[in-house]
Amino acid sequence: MSHDHSHSHGPGEVCAHDHAHDDHSSPEAIQRTIKKYFMVGGVLFGGTVLTVAMYYIHIPSVAATIAIALLIASVKAAFVAGVFMHLSDERKMIYGILVCTVFFLVGLMGLTLWAMNDFPSFTIVDGKPA
Amino acid sequence: MQATTTTHPQAAHSHEEHHDPGFLRSYVFSTDHKVIGIQYGFTALVFLMFGFLLMICMRAQLAKPGEAIPIVGKLLESLLGDVAKGGVMSPDLYNAFGAMHGTIMVFLAIVPLAFAAFGNYVVPLQIGAVDMAFPRVNMASYQCFAVGGVIMFVSFFIPGGAAQAGWTSYSPLATIIPTQGQTFWIIGMVFLITSSLLGAVNFIATVIQLRAPGMTWMRMPFFVWVQFVTAFILLLAFPPLEAAGILQLVDKVFGSSFFLPTGLVISGKPYDISGGGSPLLWQHLFWFLGHPEVYVLILPAMGVVGEVVACNTRKPLWGYKSLVYSVLAVGFISFIVWAHHMYLTGMGTKISTFFQTTTMIISIPSVIILTCLFMSLWGGSIRFNTPMLFALAFLPMFGIGGLTGLPLGFNFSDLHLHDSYYVIAHFHYVVAPGTIFALFAGVYFWYPKMTGRYMSETLGKIHFWGSLIAMNLVFMPMFFQGLYGMSRRMSDGGATYALANPANEGVVTALTSTVIKLNVFVTHAAVLLLIAQVPFVINVFMSMFNGKKVENDNPWDATTLDWQTPTPPPHGNFTKEIVVYRGPYEYSVPGHPTDFSPQNMPDPKPAK
Amino acid sequence: MEIPHAVKPRPDTGLYNAKLGIWLFLASEVMLFGGLFSAYILLRVSSDLWPHGMVSIPVGTFNTFVLIASSVTVVMSWASLKLGKLADFKKYMALTILCALGFLSVKSFEYYAKFTHYDVWFKDQATAQKYFTAAYGEKGEEAARKLFVERFHLQNTKATYDANQVQIAGHIEGNPLFATLKKLTSAKKDTIQFTPDAPSGTHEHPKAIEVKLSDVHRLSAYVPAHSTYFAIYFTITALHGLHVLGGAIVLTYFLLTSDKWWKKNPEQLANRVEVGGLFWHFVDLVWIFLFPIIYLL
Repeated sequence: MSHDHSHSHGPGEVCAHDHAHDDHSSPEAIQRTIKKYFMVGGVLFGGTVLTVAMYYIHIPSVAATIAIALLIASVKAAFVAGVFMHLSDERKMIYGILVCTVFFLVGLMGLTLWAMNDFPSFTIVDGKPA
Repeated sequence: MQATTTTHPQAAHSHEEHHDPGFLRSYVFSTDHKVIGIQYGFTALVFLMFGFLLMICMRAQLAKPGEAIPIVGKLLESLLGDVAKGGVMSPDLYNAFGAMHGTIMVFLAIVPLAFAAFGNYVVPLQIGAVDMAFPRVNMASYQCFAVGGVIMFVSFFIPGGAAQAGWTSYSPLATIIPTQGQTFWIIGMVFLITSSLLGAVNFIATVIQLRAPGMTWMRMPFFVWVQFVTAFILLLAFPPLEAAGILQLVDKVFGSSFFLPTGLVISGKPYDISGGGSPLLWQHLFWFLGHPEVYVLILPAMGVVGEVVACNTRKPLWGYKSLVYSVLAVGFISFIVWAHHMYLTGMGTKISTFFQTTTMIISIPSVIILTCLFMSLWGGSIRFNTPMLFALAFLPMFGIGGLTGLPLGFNFSDLHLHDSYYVIAHFHYVVAPGTIFALFAGVYFWYPKMTGRYMSETLGKIHFWGSLIAMNLVFMPMFFQGLYGMSRRMSDGGATYALANPANEGVVTALTSTVIKLNVFVTHAAVLLLIAQVPFVINVFMSMFNGKKVENDNPWDATTLDWQTPTPPPHGNFTKEIVVYRGPYEYSVPGHPTDFSPQNMPDPKPAK
Repeated sequence: MEIPHAVKPRPDTGLYNAKLGIWLFLASEVMLFGGLFSAYILLRVSSDLWPHGMVSIPVGTFNTFVLIASSVTVVMSWASLKLGKLADFKKYMALTILCALGFLSVKSFEYYAKFTHYDVWFKDQATAQKYFTAAYGEKGEEAARKLFVERFHLQNTKATYDANQVQIAGHIEGNPLFATLKKLTSAKKDTIQFTPDAPSGTHEHPKAIEVKLSDVHRLSAYVPAHSTYFAIYFTITALHGLHVLGGAIVLTYFLLTSDKWWKKNPEQLANRVEVGGLFWHFVDLVWIFLFPIIYLL
């Protein structure tokens, strides 16, 4: 618990100077977010139920199944990262690091897949062009 | 980490002197960045010599295939047994030495020396920090490194010997060799990767969080910038190799088929596996680290050269901002060039054009960096001391290495040059007379700060000229051998080529046997290179006791903060509050009383 | 000597050291699991047939709920510290650790079930036919085909089926762990008692059949050597399990030393729990992707 805020139960101006960088960890703010944490927990449970239900409903297209499942997973992940990990309200420095990471991750996955699916168009079989 | 003690460095310092932490705490389990830096440096130099000796054995074998290795042959036989029967290296042993030479030089010698040793010692000093951000993580990083090194070293003595599939460990070859050397290799690598990751996290956090007041980003010395970018490369490029290592370990130990294709046949027999894997997957994951790793090897070297050049030309680095932005650009682009190592794997034309293009693009910032360093020499009053000689030699040597890389970056010319001695010559020009020379410059340059004594200039100059000449004699002929198509992986140095047979001389080309005879010449040059290192070893140890004492804490009259500390710096580094007032390289500023203005020197009061 | 900004944030970045450190570490973890996921995608895209429904979905769903719950409790334990309620912190942290242990024990039961479940590939289709009839009666081939088709995503159903329909799944008498054809033959066995899996749509296991080892081409438990699917399943989930274990150990340490730290420096305790929590959420986040990929798709 931060000592700076022991007196901040009064008017908000008291700690206005460090409010800017300590917003989400003042006691009142925490009280407010606790509700949010349980709501996000509920959303995550719901998302899981939805994904599993989708499996049992059996969507005929495999591509659609994969797309929907990954979409739900991404939404769940966004909630975990955004709320539980406080990414929705984080410092610029951390955004910078994560943007770099995502860029390289996309490079790794994308370029590897591209490379594996780009074959020479002129293939020789038994000494003759196919 | 006491939370309530004062932040005043003076008080912190005197507090430390009250208790003697004992030998183990001071030198073995130390959390002081300077001790850890020296531990890294010493271990890495030992491995550098060890890796070099492995290569000397291999060169002896190449010069006289099938004959006993002079002097050390008997020793090898008694240590390793049948693989070196009669002092002759078996092809298996040659492969093991080759694989381990590469692994040791890259992961146990150059990276720890360039990044961990110099980075640990110098970066906190240069940014005016009391230590690294996480001192105990720093210690853990060195311990992981040491464990990894021991595992790699021990693997020579297990039945079947060390890993034999090259430092790149391509599957299926790496997986199907029945001995356990590869298993040791992977486990050793996991420790080394962990060590690098801990180090990288620590470096980045330190540079971001612990800069002294006034040390803005654009006032950071060039060396700090390169270490910062290098740390990012290690942080983000190493994990995919760790993933690949884990997959290969599962393949090797649990018999899965991540990298083994369906229908694999070994020595005429179907291999008993489930199949369904992809050998190319290993290559992608490996080179995703492998190529950025090249920049891990070279960027810190450029940083050292930048520091040495600025100090010894007595003028600011030319184009500081261009240097910084170029290093950032290199760091970014280095992640998307990796498949230029894989042109021969049957990649399509589109993807191969993509990687060829990015490869050419990354040469632009590299050339900018080299050009800036060259331009910095112009009009300087150069001091030709040993560190400066090594730094000056770095410039053309790295130039040769870099330019000869261009034909390898184009897929057309790579078809011919791939896996030939040309490749060996190219990357050794970058790393050996390039990076290693820069690291020697760093050792000679910072030694007075670490010990309070200079290294001998006479021995240093012998070391320099001997190394410069021998390096070129070793690697220049390999360009010719490679252009003639000599493969880089043969344990007999090409003696079994039909064209090596004198009876065939003149039928195709008489030059071929000449090319193979160059093996003998190169081996002699390598021995000369070994002899040239003797003065260095003597110098490092002798100067600790008999070297000329430094006159003051800033013997080179340098501007950066690492020279504004006591010699050697105490635990906690600075005895006075550090505030930074100026850029890193204010040499020969008109109107200043001295020809150097340290970063923490306030501006003089305006003249009346 | 004290490291600056170990507890209080540095004004220009707004971060204390450990928070920056853990985010950097998580960035590298993203690349580590990213590498493994890339491997998964690549192997799956280039495969002819990819198993499906080999792991229990209810069990996986249960474990997902457990991890989500632990994510809520760990963030609540941090919030309790920030509100100055040490007792609540302890309660939530203990719940988190219990969730971690629950997750790991469920996972180990899942692993054990796999290590004792076998696929047997027969030498050729005629031999396979014989055993299918023995196991599933008159309509043996049809039952086996149905089981087979349900178990795989087939890229080219007919051709792949013809090439692969020589296998039967079930349990070996005595439930041995990690048996292979080599191990069984070197133990001087000629036959094994084999209980095939229930035909699709039912839960009744057919009677045990006697399988001659000389008819068998390959025999493997559901281990990494079984197929690329199980190889990637075990590798990623085991690595994830190690992360759960490591996280649980660190959180337990925080719980056990919390009284001491609460007296010494409550802000630093909250920071440590925040950093530990960030790691824990990341482990949860990996599972959020792992669950549909491994269990459902």
